[in-house]
Formats: sequence, structure tokens, C-alpha cells
Amino acid sequence: MTVAAAATKNSGIWSRASAALWRRPWARATILLTPPLAWFVLLYLAALVVLLITAFWQINPFTTNIERVWSLGNLTTIFTSSAYRGIILRTVGMAAAVTLVDAVVAFPFAYYMARIASSRTRTFLFVAILLPLWASYLAKVYSWLLIFTHNGFLDWGLGKVGLHQVHLIYTNWSVFTVFCYLWLPFMIIPVYAALERIPPSQIEASQDLGARTWRTTRSVMLPLALPGIVAGSIFTFSLTLGDYITPLLVGGTSANFMGNIIYTNIGIANNVPFAAAMALIPIAIMAVYLLSARALGAFEAI
Amino acid sequence: MMTPPSRRFSRPLTVRLALGLAAASLVAAGCGSSGSSSGSTPTGTSTSGQTVPTANLPVLQKIGKGEGQLNLIAWEGYLNPIWVKPFQQQTGCQVNAKYAGSSDEMVALMKNGGGGQYDMVSSSGDADLRILYAGDAHPVNINLIPSWKDFFPAFQSPPFNTINGVHYGVSLQWGPNVLMYNKKDFSTPPSSWSVIYDPKYKGQVTVPDNPIQIADAALYLQTHKPSLGITDPYELTQPQFQASVQLLAGQRPLIEKYWGLASQEIFDFKNGNAVVGAGWPYQVSTLKADKFPIGTTIPSEGATGWADTWMLAAKAPHPNCAYMWMQYISTPKVQAEQAVNYGETPDNKLACAYMNKLQAGSCDEYHANAPLSYFNSVKLWKTPIATCDNGKPDCVPYADWVSAWNTQVK
Repeated sequence: MTVAAAATKNSGIWSRASAALWRRPWARATILLTPPLAWFVLLYLAALVVLLITAFWQINPFTTNIERVWSLGNLTTIFTSSAYRGIILRTVGMAAAVTLVDAVVAFPFAYYMARIASSRTRTFLFVAILLPLWASYLAKVYSWLLIFTHNGFLDWGLGKVGLHQVHLIYTNWSVFTVFCYLWLPFMIIPVYAALERIPPSQIEASQDLGARTWRTTRSVMLPLALPGIVAGSIFTFSLTLGDYITPLLVGGTSANFMGNIIYTNIGIANNVPFAAAMALIPIAIMAVYLLSARALGAFEAI
Repeated sequence: MMTPPSRRFSRPLTVRLALGLAAASLVAAGCGSSGSSSGSTPTGTSTSGQTVPTANLPVLQKIGKGEGQLNLIAWEGYLNPIWVKPFQQQTGCQVNAKYAGSSDEMVALMKNGGGGQYDMVSSSGDADLRILYAGDAHPVNINLIPSWKDFFPAFQSPPFNTINGVHYGVSLQWGPNVLMYNKKDFSTPPSSWSVIYDPKYKGQVTVPDNPIQIADAALYLQTHKPSLGITDPYELTQPQFQASVQLLAGQRPLIEKYWGLASQEIFDFKNGNAVVGAGWPYQVSTLKADKFPIGTTIPSEGATGWADTWMLAAKAPHPNCAYMWMQYISTPKVQAEQAVNYGETPDNKLACAYMNKLQAGSCDEYHANAPLSYFNSVKLWKTPIATCDNGKPDCVPYADWVSAWNTQVK
């Protein structure tokens, strides 16, 4: 009896509360969003702000303690040193090259998947693209090491067919190849999504107006797929910009990228302010990149 | 027996050189002569009149009943069940391990005397002085550790763990960074580091991807360019530093790969990506175990290296178990077990025979019976700081080593 009464009373509270929430949508939204928002602000934005602030501190060269004195010294060092400028350019150049090649490779692939392949083939191709993402990043990079190494699979194969051996290991060519391989799925998927969304009627209209395949691809498909390509490029570009493990493993003496500078300054030198200043540069580059991507409508394609 | 989860292995670049990290308390204590690079005269005297805050704490006179627990901060691979389990059975002291990733982390964990939580830390030569000058280490009654008598003299009272005759722990093990070469490519074994600067081996040289490599260059110049006046490869004035960096910049075209992981160097030797280079005894023993024709030597110029100590925390909650651990870890058999499993040199000279029992030839391999001249040829790592040994602020601090490595060498 008492239990039932309590239950009724309880459900009374609940129904009143839910009614109150129903009348006040803002309260509903607040309760729903506060935990994830707090998480986001505390863990993500706060960490970024701390990073931003640290970049303008220095370490005492004498004690290597952090000195909380505002200064642009770290950024000045980065921009006045030709070595650091070279590293920034090398990193951006690598990211751009990887993005370009991935886009060129991904487009026909995604095109085939979206418009030509039977649903069975398409499923198979999806699995083929996504399966490598299940494998460990390190295992993939190491397997490339085995392919590129002296007398490795590549040179062994070239030797077998009587061609000149290339010795790609520990060059930026090997870094470039591995990056292209690693990030390709991140380009194919958004391009596929964009191509799949193009209504067949538009292609038919293009054909009815006398455009041949090439013209249709160039004037109809490509512009409509562009947001997908840009969306994919956000992944390939930013992932290349921040990676330091691939250069560390398959790169040679010229494989110093922004990520490697950050890594050595934190891991070995304990110069966190300098590492933070260096980290601001990819952030700034990505901010510009994302703003341009938004202008190109990439966010609708993700 | 070859199962070293070596810390150098697991922590690519930072590894021991993490010593490069903040030398704050060391500097505060004004003890530029931190290292034991002059190991031939282990006097254990104080540096620059600084005192250790805990120097006058009373030491334990007699080991009592074990407390049942022992909390240790250690490098990975230093608390192997092979020797920890028998210790627990013998003493009833349960060992609780806290693995640290760098010298800096060890110093941080030992703050406030270990916080009443930790009993001991297996720190390296560079961190030791920071810990004891901060007042975080407790004096040790070395007479309670019988095997200490059997230590090589250089490790009985080394300047990095013994100040004014007061011990703050017991030395553990040490090791050099050696010259490695593929025997197939060297009919006569090289005897000088000059081979890693020789254009003849273009594209076949490998050295660690680590700024402390500048010290190796300085060590080479100490012999080959006496006009620079280098006396300590970790204390370089601006001209000495620049000369060392120049040497490394000239070496760069010869190098195909700066190695970051021990496994990477092993891979490169095996696959012919490198035929000569600088590495650790661990790589050598691994390659030998795989029947690879690897040769190794400490060249005539000497080599860089490291030395570790089990330091007692100022607020150790389980001092009796800590002393039992020091007794145990110093015995020849346990010293041999750690040396063979980890790939380093024991401090106990009686460990040699046990090492050969565990793995034939390992005593020679890890130089456990080598003469003092061998020890003297190894310049143990320490943190480069701005204050030179003579007290002048003319030396190049470690942060500059890192930026030079990244911008001028690589």
C-alpha cells in the first residue's frame, strides 16, 4: 500500500518535472547539453587556451624552468630561423602534395564505386577501403619499411624484372608514399558520398544537351563533387600536417617535420613553450584551411 | 635469457637522455660537476660548498623486521620477476613497482622525500644530484650492505650518489654507448670514431636521433682537435659547441637514417641500411643472439655512457625492506641476472662468473671484468647546463643543444 503510494507520488514528481521541461525548451536544452559542453570546454578548449598561453612563455636557459613572462621570443625564433621556416614549408608542401595525389587517386575510385559498380562490388570495395583502418597504424608503416628497405620487396622485385633499384628507404619519397597510402580512405569516403548524391537527372540533362562523358565529368560531376574533395582534403591535409611517427620510421635525414620538432622539444628538451609555439602554426594553417573549406561548402559533404 | 623490455627500447628518443631535462635543482645547488665523468677519482666530495639538506639525518644501525611492503620507482626492465620473486619469498617484502618514463619523472616522484609513499628510485647519474640536493634522499649506512665491498672502486662512492663520504643509495649498473660495425664490411676492426665521420661510408652510417649526440662529437674533437680545449663533452663553451655541431653537420650527408628506436638500428644493420654506427650494448647482444656478424668496440677516444643508483627516499616508509633490497640487489648473482637480462654492466666485480653461467661469454660481452681503464674511457651522461665546472656561465645549456640538433645538424 505504502509502496504503491510512494510510487504514485514519485511518478507525480516525474510527470510534473517532465511537464515543466516540456513547457521550457531552453531548460531541456540546457540539461541535455551541459555535460557534453562542459566536457568540451574543460578538456578541449581549456587545453588549447593553456597551449596558446604557454607559447608566449619562455624557459630559463640556465635552469630550464618555465618563466611566466610574456614574450614573442619563441615565435620570433621560428620565423627568423631559416631552418624552422624550411621545416614549415616542407611540412605544408608535403601535406599539399599528399592531398593532391590522394584526391587524384580517390576521384576515379569513388566515381567507380558510386556510379558504375554493382552493389555487390561496391560492398566489396568498401570493405577493401575500410579494412586497413582496422589494422594498427604502426603495423602498416612497418610493412612499408619492409617494402622499401635495401634488398626489400620493392628493390628485390625491380631487380627481378631487370630494372634499376631505387633505394627509396629513408627518403622523403618514402614518407610521401606512406602518407598517401595511410590517408587515402579518408579521401575516398567523402568523395564517394558527394558523388553518390548527384541526382542522375543532372547527368542525363548534361548528356541530353550534347555533352560527352569527359565534358559531363568536368562540368557537372567535378563541381558537384568538389565539396567532397575539399572535405576529404581536410583529413589528408591535417593528418599529414601533424604526423611525426611516419617521418620518424621511414624518413631519412631530411624528415624533420613540424610534428617532429614539437616531439623533440617536449620529449627531450622539456622546452614546452617552444613546442607550444610550434604547435600554433599548424593550428593557424588549419584555421585558414577550414575557413576556405567552409566557403567551398565542404562541411555539407562530411 | 634474452628478454630485455629495456627502457631504452620502450622509450624511443627520450630514454636516458631525458636527463637533458630540467636541471633545476642541480643548478640551484650550483653543482656543475654533477657527473662522474672523472670516474677515476671517486672522491665523493661536496661541490661548490653546497650542502645536502638531509646529510645529518641518522642512518639505520641495524636492519629490523621487514615491513612487508616495498614501493620502488624504477626504469622498465629493472624489476624483472626473475630477481624480484625470490626477494619477495626470502624477505616477505612485497615489491610494488612504479615505472617512470624519464629522469624528470623520477625527480618529480621523489619530491618531498618520496612523499612518504616511495621507498627507493633507480635513478641515473644526472637525476641523482637533483634528488639529493633537493633533500629528497636519505643517508644510507653502507656497512649494512655486505656486497658493497665487492663493488668496483669507481662505484663504491661515486660523486653522483656519495657526498662528503655520506652515501644516499647504492650503485646499481652502468653501460657505455659503443661503436657498432658489420664485420663483413670491416676486415680490420675500427679503433676510432673517425669511421662514422668518414665519407667512405656515405649512406651507411647511423647514429642516435638525439641532441646528446653532440657530446659524442665533442668527445671525438677532444682528441682530434686539442686546440679547442674541450675537457668535458657535456660542458661546452660556444666555440667548442659550434665546432661539435659543425662536425655533425658534416656527418649528415653520410647518414641515411638517424635511429630513434633500438629496434630500428637492429633492423638497419640486419637489412644493410647501415654498416657502422653508434648504439647500445642491447642492440649488439640482440644482433649477436640472431647470429648477425656485428662487431663492437669502445674506440680510442672513449665513449659516452650512463650509471644508475638505487637511492633511498628521505621519507621512506619501509626502511628495513629498502635495506634488504639494497643488500639483495648488490649480490653477485642478482647483479649478474640484471646485467644479462637488461644488457648492461654490473657494479659488483664478482658478478662475472654468474653471468657466464647464465649466458656463456656474457661477462666479456658486457665488460663485467674490464679494467679501470675501460671505465675511465666512458664519459657518463649528465645534463648540459649553462654553468661550467669553473662556475662561469659560459657553457651551452641543453635547450640550445636541442635547437642546434634540429636546425643546424638535421
